[in-house]
Amino acid sequence: MRKVGIIIFSIIILIFFLAPVLLTFLYALTPEQDYYNQSKLLPSYLTLKQIKDLLILLGAWKAVIRSVQVALISIILSFILGIPAAYAMVRYKFKGKNLLKLLILLTRTFPLIVVAIPLLMVYMKLNLNDTVISVALAHTSMVLPFMVILGTSVLATIPEEFEEAAMVDGLSRFQAVLRITLPLALPGLTAASIIAFVMSWNEVFVASILTLTNRTLPAYVINTAYASTDVYKFAAGVIMALPAMIFIFLVRKYLVTVWGLALK
Amino acid sequence: MQAFILAFSKPKLGFTLENFINVIFSQGFREAFSNTLIISGIVIPLQLAFALALAIFVNKRFKGYMFLIYIITIPLALSEITAGLMSYSIFSTMGFLNKLLLKINFIETPIYFFGFTYKFREFIVIILSELWRATPLVFVILLAGLQSIDKEYMEAAEVDGASSWQKFSKITLPLLKPSLLSALLLRTTFAFQVFGNIWILVGRDIPVLAGEAYYWQTEIRNSNIASTYAIVIAIITIIFAFFYIKTLRSSYLES
Repeated sequence: MRKVGIIIFSIIILIFFLAPVLLTFLYALTPEQDYYNQSKLLPSYLTLKQIKDLLILLGAWKAVIRSVQVALISIILSFILGIPAAYAMVRYKFKGKNLLKLLILLTRTFPLIVVAIPLLMVYMKLNLNDTVISVALAHTSMVLPFMVILGTSVLATIPEEFEEAAMVDGLSRFQAVLRITLPLALPGLTAASIIAFVMSWNEVFVASILTLTNRTLPAYVINTAYASTDVYKFAAGVIMALPAMIFIFLVRKYLVTVWGLALK
Repeated sequence: MQAFILAFSKPKLGFTLENFINVIFSQGFREAFSNTLIISGIVIPLQLAFALALAIFVNKRFKGYMFLIYIITIPLALSEITAGLMSYSIFSTMGFLNKLLLKINFIETPIYFFGFTYKFREFIVIILSELWRATPLVFVILLAGLQSIDKEYMEAAEVDGASSWQKFSKITLPLLKPSLLSALLLRTTFAFQVFGNIWILVGRDIPVLAGEAYYWQTEIRNSNIASTYAIVIAIITIIFAFFYIKTLRSSYLES
């Protein structure tokens, strides 16, 4: 009886969370005339036409490339800045550390919406508006605190003794971290980078305010969605969703930790 | 980090108070503000209850529960826009719901869920869409909270012959309180920043705060009005974030 209940509930949950995803994928691959045919619940055949058109003819591939560039730059920047900060949080005791921790947590709730407009003014003065770099910098401010939080929890799992042993053997602290700690922390830090990638890949508001012609993918989609037919909207949804879903699948076991982290 | 953000926020202080006040007392602002409140007020309580039920269910750790966790967290991987487009695949005039109802002869003509004259239906679609999109976030926070509850409490209660309701109300709920509170506050701050999902589904039929900021900035190119909306969002966020940090403080800093 209990087993049957679990199966029924699981199926209901599956349908609720999966149906919109599956239908979007289905309609993205549905020929336009079948989609607009009221009596056709399922398409008679599947086609890649919409996705191809959108990527090649309508030039969305450029937006895809820009999105990837933005995400990579902001990950690299937040890695370079964030991992040393996380290391300091784990290994050193200093005054104001708790306050700093709280401030970093606070930035997670801070709306990027608020910084978008003033940032645009600054970028215009610097002639940086409408560039990949400008969006990447803004996204860095979103990804960096996250990188520090996650980096802290990853580095905390690596015993200090390993480093100390290496230092006794004559390595400097920097060398010890580089050769011992970082390789050990690599799986966790990779997961953090992947989640950071998805955060940047998905961000709309700042990207659409900071760019005009050099749109990232979400900014491109939100600006063209109104003018396109339904099947093309779904195609855009698939192009945005597929990489993000694959990436999140790869790091699924870290997901609960990322958001539940602060309360562990 | 904070310094970075604050430094770049400075240019806003140059505005006169007049513009700010004009916007605050405008009809458009009132509408956006109340819509944001109504949507959050309906979505968030439903979401907490739904996510709590999901988390408790999944935490039974039956066969295949990891797979279920992955499915539930799919919306976490999606941008607001994608979530909007996915809801649209169900509710659009030629969407799945209409086609299904037509097929089983439940209706004869498609139901229009979108359009300025169908505001109430648009509201319902938005609420369902937000429930779908953002419940997973609350879910993972609560699940992490549940997983950190010591199994021994439950075993002790079982030995004492407690019913499942007693176990839930006397053990799970009190121990989960910090997680519930932090999920609630985090979700509330995010609720005031929602715009992509609503923008894709109904545009400005149902204006919300962040959507108005976006509209005034990108379409009217009036940064002053857009900034006013942004500042209001910031103030509300800071208030909730303050309480969020206060709840986290005790539990986070000990570790």
